[in-house]
Amino acid sequence: MAQTGILKSSLAKKYAMAATGLFLCLFLAGHLAGNLQLFTASADGGRQFNEYAKFMTTFPAVKILSYLTYFAVLFHLADGIVLSLQNRKARPVRYAMERPSENAGWSSRNMMLLGTIVLVFLVTHMQNFWWQMHFGEVAMVDYDGEMVKDLYTVVAAFFNPELNSFALPAIGLYLLGQFALGFHLWHGFSSGFQSVGLRHPRYSKWIGGLGKAFAVVVPVLFSAIVVFMYITQA
Amino acid sequence: MDFTLKIWRQEGPQEEGRMETYPVTGITGDMSFLEMMDVLNDQLIRDGQDPVAFDHDCREGICGMCSMFINGEAHGPNRKTTTCQLHMRSFKDGETIYIEPWRASAFPVVKDLAVDRSAFDRIIQAGGYVSVNSSGNPLDANAIPVPKEDADAAFNAATCIGCGACVATCKNASAMLFVSAKVSQLALLPQGQPERMSRVQRMVDQMDKEGFGNCTNTGACEVECPKGISLDNIARMNRDYLKSQVTGE
Repeated sequence: MAQTGILKSSLAKKYAMAATGLFLCLFLAGHLAGNLQLFTASADGGRQFNEYAKFMTTFPAVKILSYLTYFAVLFHLADGIVLSLQNRKARPVRYAMERPSENAGWSSRNMMLLGTIVLVFLVTHMQNFWWQMHFGEVAMVDYDGEMVKDLYTVVAAFFNPELNSFALPAIGLYLLGQFALGFHLWHGFSSGFQSVGLRHPRYSKWIGGLGKAFAVVVPVLFSAIVVFMYITQA
Repeated sequence: MDFTLKIWRQEGPQEEGRMETYPVTGITGDMSFLEMMDVLNDQLIRDGQDPVAFDHDCREGICGMCSMFINGEAHGPNRKTTTCQLHMRSFKDGETIYIEPWRASAFPVVKDLAVDRSAFDRIIQAGGYVSVNSSGNPLDANAIPVPKEDADAAFNAATCIGCGACVATCKNASAMLFVSAKVSQLALLPQGQPERMSRVQRMVDQMDKEGFGNCTNTGACEVECPKGISLDNIARMNRDYLKSQVTGE
């Protein structure tokens, strides 16, 4: 048997990249499903959304999933940095003339840049909502004797231009983050399957199509929710 | 046809290199790119200058010796074409052509446009073979039944000439297309089965040791490969390596 350990080889790093990336795609789908409630949340004053938020932050199985998600984000980030540094080292002298668009898509060549934009977005996003929900001051509401954190009001206020003077730039950053996420997924989704060897004439075109659909639908819906909240409150 | 050539000149592996400009005249469209280089070198020798070093051998697209990164693409602008098969009619009269060596830390420049590709040889030596006991009466390969689809896929993988265009093209200087072709050509055939798992481990490990970059699945290698080696091979190698690690042979 060869001496290189599973965590040292170039392929193993790509398996880890694929596994964490595809896991985070599942997280995105779940997160989006939750956010879609915001389209109708004003009808009941955000009660359904708030009860959902409480469930998501207290139910033990979801807690385990959330820790897995934090781990996946950090591992995907660290692994990506290691891979990028190695890649840079593999070509110390650049070409004087390059025509990269002749043979590869833009998003596939800029995964690190796109990932970095997503990371910047993620940090501000978690500071605005995740931190507020877990450690910030969120008013409690009484739902038939049960005290629940009123996350809906926090979210609604954040995207309300009358209550938050930074609502518009925040939406700008949100849309930029979703744009970068979309292009990251445009390559990343199907690339993850290729990295673990899941490629076959029978199903590869479906994976490719699903990945591209996912890359468009998920960021567009996330963005639509935010724009909807802004417009309906402006 | 006349051209302005911008060529990477480098005296030796440790010397500093630079791009230099050379005019070349009297080229016909039917000349191959290498013949154009011959014309240039003839001029340089007549002028008492050092000719441009470049690799070449068969000049019919099968040996894998010719290289050159031409106008930003490995083996130039045409698809499924080696530099020796590239004709000057593919360029416009008066055009400026950039000619550079393969760029990768695993392919150090020997001189000018010639790079040392022996990293590929060491990857083959690490496992790109089938061990056969030559004593007694070894079984004739043709006596072993092979499904047509497998034979075709193995043959397609085996058409890799090891030129290194995949490495040169890849934004990460990754050798995955080459290594996966060499893993696949044996992994697809019955004779390759006994060493299948140890082979993929050894060859991938050697690839990593040589300092090639990682695969981002951009697919640029497949586009630029003069033999059209498919990304299917990379997926197969990813599968086999994962299996070899999980089953822990």
